[in-house]
Amino acid sequence: MIFRLPVFWLTLIFAGLMIWFPMHGNNVSLREDLILVAVAIILASNLNLMIGYTGYVNFGHIVFYGLGGYVGLYLATVKSWNLILSALLAGLAVSLCALLFGLGILRLRGAYFALATIGILQAVQSFVSNFDPWGRSTGLYVSFDAYQPLGGARRALWVTYILVIVVMALSMLLSLAIKTSKFGLGLFAIREDEDAAVVLGVNATVYKAIIYSVSAFLPAVAGALMFYKNGMIDPSIAFEFMLSLEGIVMLMLGGKGTVIGAALGGGLYEKLRSYLLTSPKLSNFHLVIAGALLLLVVLFAPGGLIGWLYRLVPRSEKVIE
Amino acid sequence: MTALLEVNGVTKRFGGLLAVSDVSFTLQEGEILGLIGPNGAGKTTLFNMVNGVYKLDKGTVTFGGQDITNRPPNEVVHLGIARTHQIVKPLYGMTVVENVIVGACFGREHLQLKPARKVALEVLERVGLADRADTSARSLTIAGKKRLEVARALAARPKLLLLDEVLAGLNPTEVAQMIETVRAIRDSGISVLMIEHLMQAIMSLSHRIVVLNLGAKLAEGPPEEVVKNPDVVEAYLGFPDIVDKLRGAQ
Repeated sequence: MIFRLPVFWLTLIFAGLMIWFPMHGNNVSLREDLILVAVAIILASNLNLMIGYTGYVNFGHIVFYGLGGYVGLYLATVKSWNLILSALLAGLAVSLCALLFGLGILRLRGAYFALATIGILQAVQSFVSNFDPWGRSTGLYVSFDAYQPLGGARRALWVTYILVIVVMALSMLLSLAIKTSKFGLGLFAIREDEDAAVVLGVNATVYKAIIYSVSAFLPAVAGALMFYKNGMIDPSIAFEFMLSLEGIVMLMLGGKGTVIGAALGGGLYEKLRSYLLTSPKLSNFHLVIAGALLLLVVLFAPGGLIGWLYRLVPRSEKVIE
Repeated sequence: MTALLEVNGVTKRFGGLLAVSDVSFTLQEGEILGLIGPNGAGKTTLFNMVNGVYKLDKGTVTFGGQDITNRPPNEVVHLGIARTHQIVKPLYGMTVVENVIVGACFGREHLQLKPARKVALEVLERVGLADRADTSARSLTIAGKKRLEVARALAARPKLLLLDEVLAGLNPTEVAQMIETVRAIRDSGISVLMIEHLMQAIMSLSHRIVVLNLGAKLAEGPPEEVVKNPDVVEAYLGFPDIVDKLRGAQ
């Protein structure tokens, strides 16, 4: 059972602390820092389901986040629906989209699949940039009234923060649940050798489509929450290719294929990035560092931080999922 | 005895190459059927056609009275045909026992993780890999990897096992052990279709032999008859008097 795993409780404690620290003393700047960390963890964890678990590199993972943002914002502001309902519907809609995309491009393997994921990102971005109901390239704005149902803007920011932390915790728990399930075992078999997996009885076509769709759900929910919180969305910030690439760096840094690794990489990388972005000398330098970091990890620690820990303390593999 | 597997006029073409041409044979329940032939005769291609890796250009495959022609490999396993690969395909990032658990989980019985682990440990015991259960599949020797292939296939609880050259690359002691394993598998009620180059092994194990050459069936029958067949001797063994030499060696 998942409740017996230390990582399950660790995740809950971690999420609890993430909520408690900024709320205790109403620390808004800490909250804004941590929400970015949480989003990084959400993106890295769900990307991990594809790259780490299934062995399919998705360069366009951010498309789910952006699309979720659009659908969520549209429902929450233009249609004035409840925020949580809008976010969940955004998740479902984007998952369904992903399922359709997946059935198309998951016939491809390796580099060709990776290229197709970039294609999907570009295609969706072009579509949204020309889609009238979503404001074409100017995007959508949240009017101040939209925050009223949550008790005004100030309170709405806290509510969305807590919801994002919940999505973060769910992302980690989802990763954990899949990793310890039969479904996860099937994915790992596909990752190691898809042909062998099929001969052993794994229905790879269905498994891949499901995991691609599942990996879209929580990022889309997070996108809906985040863009609602930010008050606006446009195609260039919703579908930022760089953020997609940085997701891969986070995952590699922490250790792909592990629940803690994805979260650790996401958190650490985001902290590093915000440090670099706000430091006067190193601003705009963060992508250089990201590239160097990726290179170092791939060359010297292909298992990332957690892989390195496994090698140092082999017994840790039994405890840290 | 009833026919478990019926292969009827199957044909496979790769571009201009006719890899398997109009081959038919049946395998009886409880039988070990040997499949031999020179390199490039189409033996592995035939396996790939039986378990659904390749689509057939012509012909049908029937298993237990059910038409399984062109069913995908994952469904064929569920029906009860498991196979090993000539070029071993371990799931390298996993331990030995995890490899076998995959076989048990997605095999004929669709076991859940816990019972699958139990079956996996049992099967590893049977093929003599129990002491390596928790090591990485990567660390196995070639003989170990062949055993792992067999273990994974067995964990699927098949009715029919397709063995693709499980003896190739093994030293004489390992060959003897593997022959015992195959015999034990047959004794446990699983029918076996095996490709093998090692003549002594196939002669002593199989009830009947099918010989392929250049994609077509050349001969079929009990081992002692087949090796006397002049066509077979010429195609497979090269020159006739090698039979006498082999006899001398036995």
